[in-house]
Amino acid sequence: MIDFELSEDMRVMRDMINQVAQQTMRPISHQFDEEEHTDPVEWQKMMWDVSKGSSVFGGGPSDKKERGASNGKPAERNVGATVTIEELSWGDAGLYLSIPNAGLGGAAVAAAGTPEQKKRFLQRFSEGDPKWAAMAITEPGFGSDSAAVATTAVRDGDQWVLNGTKIFCTSGQRALDKSEGFVVVWATVDKAAGRAGIKAFVVDHGTTGVTVTKVEDKLGIRCSDTAAIVLEDARIPLDNLLGDAEVHTDSKKGFKGAMATFDATRPAVAASAIGIGRAAVDFVRDELAKAGVEIHYDRPAMKQTAMERDFMAMEAHLQAARLLTWRAAWMMDRGMQNNLEASMCKAKAGLAVTQVTQKAVEILGPLGYSRKLLLEKWMRDAKINDIFEGTQQINLMIVARRIMGYSSKELN
Amino acid sequence: MISFEPTEDQQMMRDTVAAFATDQIRPVARDADESGQIPDGVVQQAWDLGLIQSAIPEEFGGYGGDRSAVASALVCEELGYGDLSIAMHVLSPRLVTYPVLELGTDAQKQAVLPVYSGEKFAAATAALMEPTMGFDVNDLAVTATRQNGGYVLNGSKCYVPLGAEAKHAVVYARGEQGTEAFLVAADTPGFTVVEREKIMGLKALATYEMKLDSCVVPADARLQGDLKPIFNRSRVALAALAVGVARAAFEYARDYAKDRKAFGVPIAQKQAIAFMLAEMAIEVDATRLLTWEAAWKIDRGEDATREACLAKNYAAEMVLKITDNAVQVLGGHGYVRDHMVELWLRNGRGFAVFEGLALA
Repeated sequence: MIDFELSEDMRVMRDMINQVAQQTMRPISHQFDEEEHTDPVEWQKMMWDVSKGSSVFGGGPSDKKERGASNGKPAERNVGATVTIEELSWGDAGLYLSIPNAGLGGAAVAAAGTPEQKKRFLQRFSEGDPKWAAMAITEPGFGSDSAAVATTAVRDGDQWVLNGTKIFCTSGQRALDKSEGFVVVWATVDKAAGRAGIKAFVVDHGTTGVTVTKVEDKLGIRCSDTAAIVLEDARIPLDNLLGDAEVHTDSKKGFKGAMATFDATRPAVAASAIGIGRAAVDFVRDELAKAGVEIHYDRPAMKQTAMERDFMAMEAHLQAARLLTWRAAWMMDRGMQNNLEASMCKAKAGLAVTQVTQKAVEILGPLGYSRKLLLEKWMRDAKINDIFEGTQQINLMIVARRIMGYSSKELN
Repeated sequence: MISFEPTEDQQMMRDTVAAFATDQIRPVARDADESGQIPDGVVQQAWDLGLIQSAIPEEFGGYGGDRSAVASALVCEELGYGDLSIAMHVLSPRLVTYPVLELGTDAQKQAVLPVYSGEKFAAATAALMEPTMGFDVNDLAVTATRQNGGYVLNGSKCYVPLGAEAKHAVVYARGEQGTEAFLVAADTPGFTVVEREKIMGLKALATYEMKLDSCVVPADARLQGDLKPIFNRSRVALAALAVGVARAAFEYARDYAKDRKAFGVPIAQKQAIAFMLAEMAIEVDATRLLTWEAAWKIDRGEDATREACLAKNYAAEMVLKITDNAVQVLGGHGYVRDHMVELWLRNGRGFAVFEGLALA
């Protein structure tokens, strides 16, 4: 039955996380935007203590057992993840991205790792000091064209030897230099094989030949570290390869398998975008109410003010993005293929929230543009969602391929 | 708990109506638009699907089903996908049955509902819209004045679907308590057709300008109660119909783009076209979900004004953009009437104007 009400468990969780966002994130939001490259150490420790070992921060395909039922209830892990991420990003998207957890790197291990690898790499996220794991895909020479990986992995006895440069690696410095974490590095074992030659390798902290060379200065999400990593003859154990060492030219185990991770992470990014957008919409609504401006939803165009029209459009686009995101997450909870819907929600949310936050700055005028308030920050933070985890255009491309039944060769 | 899956019954109905729209409605849509006439056959076939009778209680001759706005949104989308004029024509009896079911007295139900529970299609209508620039359902120009224990209605109405053949109409007018609704028999003196309208789209649907000239109705003609749910059901119906029109245009443009070649490849393989189509696909889904949410809220018995207005306004903008893009994808071919997309653009433009032409 079509239903838009979150389950009671979800509502309780949402309200709890909203308290965390209000009480612990908003008060330090401004500080860690201004003080870029500084870690909110105490807050990170607190978040680690309350969340370590829980899977709530990461979505992903649910296994059969989970899908069936837990205590007779249908699985809602991915819907839950989008709700959680929206609340945390409503608090502060930069801080949300700085929470110590297994993150994208952990998601890759969880999705493609053997039981032994999962134990070796993931167990640390439920014990000890705060840790991060990261994913390193992008290189100076390519961005959206993930198949153009130039970083190489060459087998030498019982080791892989990695060489290359990775950039835009979220939490890369925290994973390698600031905690006992790891980075999942995409590298090619056979350049001639193209996409099929691309494999994912777990590079642990403390690996010789791995250096964080730069942490980017950014427009927004400034609390999140975005690292450049150089690998110079970095030697890692043979069994740090995720998945199969064979080069499969036509197999889900290879490149396609790696890309499937995005089906889970794109709704997560969309949810973060929506959290920022909601922060801006909530703020504008409150300010309008204080100023005595009422929104009349059922007035004809001729009687609406431009303000009412703008505000209603902000609300509608935000809600449209949220519903698309919930749908993509719900499909994953149901074990349904959601590649199309994941890209749809990401493309919509990235654009909608970019525009919603830009409009919010405009509506608040001199106050909106001022750094005393958070609106301008939310606008800066929002923009990343239109870019990372596949730009808006890459996601449109994926949607286009899906709706027309084209391969990446036919439409690129 | 969040779910995007219709019930089995809803899905069955949706599939049935989808097949009807594709197999029976679409083939006659172009001719109907050109001739300004919808074939009786397709109207009767639609009637036989029970879309109207299903919501009428058995005691009044109906099937005694529920009146779920969500289920109706699914049906409206499919009918709109077939053809908007035909969809509004076949759904027109709801313009009377739904307000009567929602707000009517037993006597009103007894008087009216059996008329729309029979073997044959029977037309009904609503006189809501008025020929003015800033038409506002909450600020009508047609007046209802108390007189001799009844009401007298005065003023002009437009976009009254099937106004000439309808057996009953719900006439909306400004009374002492703002907008009020009156159940009026079509042959009531003073309630007359001025002329069939010539409008940009909806050309197959007979809509009329109508006049209320000292039209006297008894006190019990007034439907008692909150009209908000009626207006919200109208907004949801229009939004869902818009999704159907937009989806029709999107699919047509998509298929054309895959077939039409330029520079040696299908134009769908060019990013400029592919991105347009991708955005169209996203917005069709986005609008559908907003519409479902508003419908869901109505079904819960809550005030859905905000959600219904947001969905309807969003749908009106989206359907215009998508139908316009569909014409654009076809280029010159989209501009000629050999293809359906120009018809959908004309119909699509109307949603920013339409109020109360269908109920979900």
